Amino acid sequence: MQAASLLARHLGCRRGDRWLFHGVDIALSSGEALHLVAPNGVGKSSLMRILAGLLPASTLDGPPAHVEWNGAVGLLDERHGLDMGQPLGEALAFWARLDGPVPQDALAALGLTPLLDVPVRYLSTGQKKRAALARLIGQNAPNWLLDEPLNGLDVDACALVEDIIYEHCAAGGTCIIASHQPLSLPDLRRMDLAEYAL
Amino acid sequence: MSGALWAILRRDVLVLLRGGVSGGGTLLPILFFLSVAVIFPFAVGPDPKLLARVGGGVIWVAALLAAILPLDRLVEPDREAGLFDQWALRGIAEEWVIAIRMAAHWLSFAPALMLAALPAAGLLGLNGRVTGLIELGLLAGTPGLAAVGVMVAAMTAGLKGGAALAGLLVIPLCVPILIFGAGALAIGGESGLALTAAASLVLLALTPFAGAAALRAGR
Repeated sequence: MQAASLLARHLGCRRGDRWLFHGVDIALSSGEALHLVAPNGVGKSSLMRILAGLLPASTLDGPPAHVEWNGAVGLLDERHGLDMGQPLGEALAFWARLDGPVPQDALAALGLTPLLDVPVRYLSTGQKKRAALARLIGQNAPNWLLDEPLNGLDVDACALVEDIIYEHCAAGGTCIIASHQPLSLPDLRRMDLAEYAL
Repeated sequence: MSGALWAILRRDVLVLLRGGVSGGGTLLPILFFLSVAVIFPFAVGPDPKLLARVGGGVIWVAALLAAILPLDRLVEPDREAGLFDQWALRGIAEEWVIAIRMAAHWLSFAPALMLAALPAAGLLGLNGRVTGLIELGLLAGTPGLAAVGVMVAAMTAGLKGGAALAGLLVIPLCVPILIFGAGALAIGGESGLALTAAASLVLLALTPFAGAAALRAGR
């Protein structure tokens, strides 16, 4: 896997006139995982999107916000990024042309092999989440941003996601997980975004 | 990078041809276009002179209305599914994504529309000269229609009632193409073709930037 690290400084988020949080600094180096917790509405998803470069960061005062990744970034959020109208196999095949294929054993482990002929719109919430995870694995990005990766998953699948994150970090990747649910991962750092709320 | 762009173009064309989640694809706008040509003589009467005089304009109006039909599936389903986010994460500029969407939209509807214009012209009793000018005008004008469609679809993606608003916004933007395209059918009006093409080119040049700005603002 390529080198992976994140250095983010002075991140703030403003939605309209309202400041959600400010002064967030995050540093992650290869192999580290961070569990982002906060009550609803504090801005976990916004922070994830700022880190992904999809939303601009704001700064209340002081030095400008700054996000620096080493290596590509993969994002998993409530938007699965798969064509609703196509069978799962074809929807994943599109991403395979951009990113490279999803390993067969990952598809099997996620229980997706029998679903490849099923149109994405007929998949359940949990199945869509697992399909999005397969897409993320296929992307082969060293840095992962996972926004509520356990939502809609059953107990077995939750344990599987923890294994996948563990293996990703063990291979030298970084991972930030925003989740309300407890995660049992070794050496998991924890950050409470509510401490930065305004 | 260019491999990724080709993959996106291929995927966009396939999805737009088939119609994605809501179905329909290319077939519905084309059937709509043909049915306008079929019902028009019923409404105004079968007088060949009258039809020959207004038939070309009817085809142009029908083409414009048919171009409005697929607007709500041009951008919104992919925004909703997060595809635009994922492309941005891979460093593919929104301008490219919109330019590709424009090309895919044109490919998925313009050739079929130009083909359907032949039977439509026959149904309205248009002569060979006018039919030829309609085909040339559509060739020059449909890229502009596709560009306006994608631009407006990007601007209204995610809005409540975005589809109806998009239809309303597209019509005034397409007026230059309609005026020059239909104007080219008059005797001695052939220079209208060049102006149709010019209007299309302006819209083609503008749309990737306007559409990309709309995508970014809508995140």
